[in-house]
Amino acid sequence: MGVRIALIAALLLAGCENVGLAPNPAGTEAVARGRVAAERLGCGACHVIPGIWPAGTSGPSLANFRNRASIAGRQANRPDRLAEFLLDPAGTAMPRQPMSARDAADIAAFLHSAPQSAHAR
Amino acid sequence: MRVEAGLTSVLSGWPPPVLDAGGPFAQPVVLLTWALLIGGTIVLIVVLAALAVALWGKPSLRRRLGGDRAIWIGGVAFPGVVLTALLIWGLRLTGDLQATGPRADEMRVRITGEMWWWRVAYLDAAGRTVIRDANELHIPVGKSVLLELASADVIHSFWVPNLAGKMDMIPGRTNLLRIQADRPGTYGGQCAEYCGGPHALMGFAVVAHTPETFARWQAGRRAPPPPEAQRGAELFRTSGCAACHTIAGTEANGLAGPDLSHVGSRRTLGAGILPNNRGTLMGWIADSQTLKPGNRMPGYKQLAPEDLAALAAYMESLK
Repeated sequence: MGVRIALIAALLLAGCENVGLAPNPAGTEAVARGRVAAERLGCGACHVIPGIWPAGTSGPSLANFRNRASIAGRQANRPDRLAEFLLDPAGTAMPRQPMSARDAADIAAFLHSAPQSAHAR
Repeated sequence: MRVEAGLTSVLSGWPPPVLDAGGPFAQPVVLLTWALLIGGTIVLIVVLAALAVALWGKPSLRRRLGGDRAIWIGGVAFPGVVLTALLIWGLRLTGDLQATGPRADEMRVRITGEMWWWRVAYLDAAGRTVIRDANELHIPVGKSVLLELASADVIHSFWVPNLAGKMDMIPGRTNLLRIQADRPGTYGGQCAEYCGGPHALMGFAVVAHTPETFARWQAGRRAPPPPEAQRGAELFRTSGCAACHTIAGTEANGLAGPDLSHVGSRRTLGAGILPNNRGTLMGWIADSQTLKPGNRMPGYKQLAPEDLAALAAYMESLK
């Protein structure tokens, strides 16, 4: 009986994690760094990003961004292109933000990471 | 990078650590907190043990517990002695926290709580305002600073847990609070008295500088704002921003909102809730109501993106 309860509890707890595609460790580190960088830069001032506060609406929502076809409607949505765009979003309403190339790559990895849940914090 | 680390801790390490004294005016509070917590825990354990004895103990023990002697010792003598000792010790410990008038050569700052931000005025020895700012306080390390706390509307409470206990800001009164930071860094604060709507988003930052960086900061503050970012300055004038905001050296002299003369050098936007950079400035100007619902600044989504960017560039240039 006790074993069964423990098993059920373990299964329930496992459900709290994002058990989607197995991510590689380097990738998850970049995602974690990207979340911190996005918070530090205040991306939430204009964008809805699940797990990031606040949830500004003056820019487009970035929820499930990895499912988008394009970046700002102009180029294919790949993490490397996204990192370039973040460093220099010329021609859009978004200003250049004080971030390094590594920050940009990390934030791109974060925005392309497995389903972001609002409880990810 | 010290400042950068501090900024991150102010914004994401919320709430600030309460039991980590950063100066002599927080230490007694932390010590008293631990004494009460540990003492209270011991008393709770003794009471629960007595309860266990009363429920399941041997009849002889239960008789003794229910006797007059136990009542007189445990119910009257013990609390009387312990609480009296605690009161005397607590008053002596926190006696120095009662701030009276300014000491010689002591820095004085008047901080006024407003719905839902902090007006900051650095005073000279005669009590005249020297520098105006908002939502942020810069102090030198190792020196006590006297804060004159007031309110412009409802009751707020000033609380920077690393540096001092809480002090209410009451309309019509000036309450004094002394703070001191013994190591450089940024210390987060928070309004600690519910003051309506976005009370939870009424944050504060104290930046403690080494003597050299503090002198640099002071010198920078007295300099006139740079004449760059002309387009943004023009937009600031024509968009009505000056009705509520002051920028020293310009026609803008509104008093309802925070003074923006040095907004570009602040660490945060919206009273401690967002980092301060070009993007967050644009987001705040365009739609502050989504970010801090109910605050007194309307959104300016009607501005074209390039106008928003120009305004943000102007704000950023006001160091």
